[in-house]
Amino acid sequence: MPELIKAKEPFKFCTRLHLSELTGLRATNLGQLLALIKEVSGSCIYHHTHRFLQQHQFLSPEPPNDFAYWVTDTLGEDELGERLVSIDTIQYSTIRDLREEIALTIENYLNDNPLAKLKFAKSGEEFHFIKSVSFILPTNYIVYDLKEFVEILKKITIDSIYFHIFEARLRLEKPTNDFSFWIENSLGDKELAHKISGFDPYTLTLEDLRNKIIQIVERRIAG
Amino acid sequence: MARIEEYIPLVGQAVIDDLRLLGERLKGKVIQHINSTPVGGGVAEILNRMIPLLRELGVDTKWDVIKGGEQFFDVTKKFHNALHGRAEEITQRDFEIFLETSQQNIESVDTCEDIVFIHDPQPIALIKKKSSNKWLWRCHIDVSNPNERVWGFLRDFIVQYDSAVFSAPVFSRKLPIRQFLIPPSIDPLSDKNKELPQETINSVLRKYDIKKDKPIVIQISRFDRLKDPIGVIEAYLQVKKYINCQLVLAGGTAEDDPEGFKVLGEVKERAKSDPDIHILLLPQNDLEVNALQRASDIIVQKSLKEGFGLTVAEALWKAKPVVASNVGGIPLQIKHKYSGLLCHSVEGASFAIKQFLSSPEYAKKLGENGREHIKNNFLITRHLRDYMLLFLSLYHPEDIVHLC
Repeated sequence: MPELIKAKEPFKFCTRLHLSELTGLRATNLGQLLALIKEVSGSCIYHHTHRFLQQHQFLSPEPPNDFAYWVTDTLGEDELGERLVSIDTIQYSTIRDLREEIALTIENYLNDNPLAKLKFAKSGEEFHFIKSVSFILPTNYIVYDLKEFVEILKKITIDSIYFHIFEARLRLEKPTNDFSFWIENSLGDKELAHKISGFDPYTLTLEDLRNKIIQIVERRIAG
Repeated sequence: MARIEEYIPLVGQAVIDDLRLLGERLKGKVIQHINSTPVGGGVAEILNRMIPLLRELGVDTKWDVIKGGEQFFDVTKKFHNALHGRAEEITQRDFEIFLETSQQNIESVDTCEDIVFIHDPQPIALIKKKSSNKWLWRCHIDVSNPNERVWGFLRDFIVQYDSAVFSAPVFSRKLPIRQFLIPPSIDPLSDKNKELPQETINSVLRKYDIKKDKPIVIQISRFDRLKDPIGVIEAYLQVKKYINCQLVLAGGTAEDDPEGFKVLGEVKERAKSDPDIHILLLPQNDLEVNALQRASDIIVQKSLKEGFGLTVAEALWKAKPVVASNVGGIPLQIKHKYSGLLCHSVEGASFAIKQFLSSPEYAKKLGENGREHIKNNFLITRHLRDYMLLFLSLYHPEDIVHLC
């Protein structure tokens, strides 16, 4: 087993807990949905593109965003639902870019299918815009090398892994996920950093994501 | 009463560690809950379990109850029904009675703690006492289609609060204050939800003379029209044409609810031709409810209207396949075809029951998914976390809060 490198700066695990804030805004058809997607805060877009991942973390594969689910399930617009499901979230580095892509997808669909504007959700089945309020707290877990890192990964909450992988990159607009950033910059292990940032975390359940990162790091430790 | 450590085997050490981290952030703040009754009803039930746990987590928590006479509670019951969208005749005198009793409570209840947490409409007018402290209003009822006169009357109070809390997105309205979504929860260690030995389950079945010789379909709910017990019988009778099964309708009826006995009478009348329908008038007995749920093959909740419908969470926690109406907070608990089956009609309920009875593997998988969903989203530990975050949000208006 190769000697473990000690980090210049330790990795401090944080956890992220969220509260859902209601906006009172609701859409009953695609036109309203589109107008509100353009208007609501980035925290709303973030909520509706990531909520499913957290609340239904045991289900995979799953519709990765609420817009796709509502359009398919409530309005019966399967084709648009499929287009929204297929948006490759990992390709977007900011919520702004993601919002634009979602809006453009709906706009293009409405241009091709003007009759879709006439479909309305039943009372009680409207799309309700919610925003995600994130509380970021440091935990007591601080690690200096890969062995300590992987031990904590095994026991930290799924919220912490979620924060360092998804939220840090997209919502806090960091260039990569926190794990890869630390491994590259504090441990100098570019290859391992790229292995972790190189796969699409949106296609895994959160527990599978945890296991995959553990596996990659353990292989590295074993040499 | 369970201690916080006892939840670790169910939710994991790290979840409890997070709760302790949040508790530390609330050191020095005193939270005062105020509602209208210390016992009976969902609000008192959850506060009775949450307050000791919050204290254990280091959150200094008090609980006070307002006073009111028969007339006042008659009016608030009318408000409750009207907020649920039922036709109620509400007079000017009703509003006066509400305000008179509220004034007496304003004079007698001390509300100087850091955070005052008001539950439901009964104590809502206490907001008149607001000073520089923080005030929260928690709405536990379905206000998706309220009587506008009553809602308008209450809205004048609501807008004076710092934030409001609702149980489902469909209940939210446009308000000039922050509003949060916090669904209720179940306690996995309570008598209603804890694991039971098979012998206890069998003895409850023996007590009510229910044999396990054919699948048991059950709905446990008050005998109330909004729970649609007659609709459940209709659905069961449609299933029975093809699949031999039995139906249990179990529940209580409030002493002061004359309509409850009327509904029970109608249910008995409708059920009398089928010996496989068991109508059980249960006194409040959580262990028996737990045993009946665990003994059943399919759990139904065919409500026409629901505040939240926590019986669905209770059923899913026991990994049971659930057929439930797509109303109130139920769709938050069941994703159709993933963690249960949703329905909109008697025919839909009957079709879903048939699907489960004829595909036990499918039923089992959805039940297991349901349990996982409840574990992640509807246990009391999540509720504690949300309440503590809610308290912290009063001091942090931003969307991303760094508590470093």
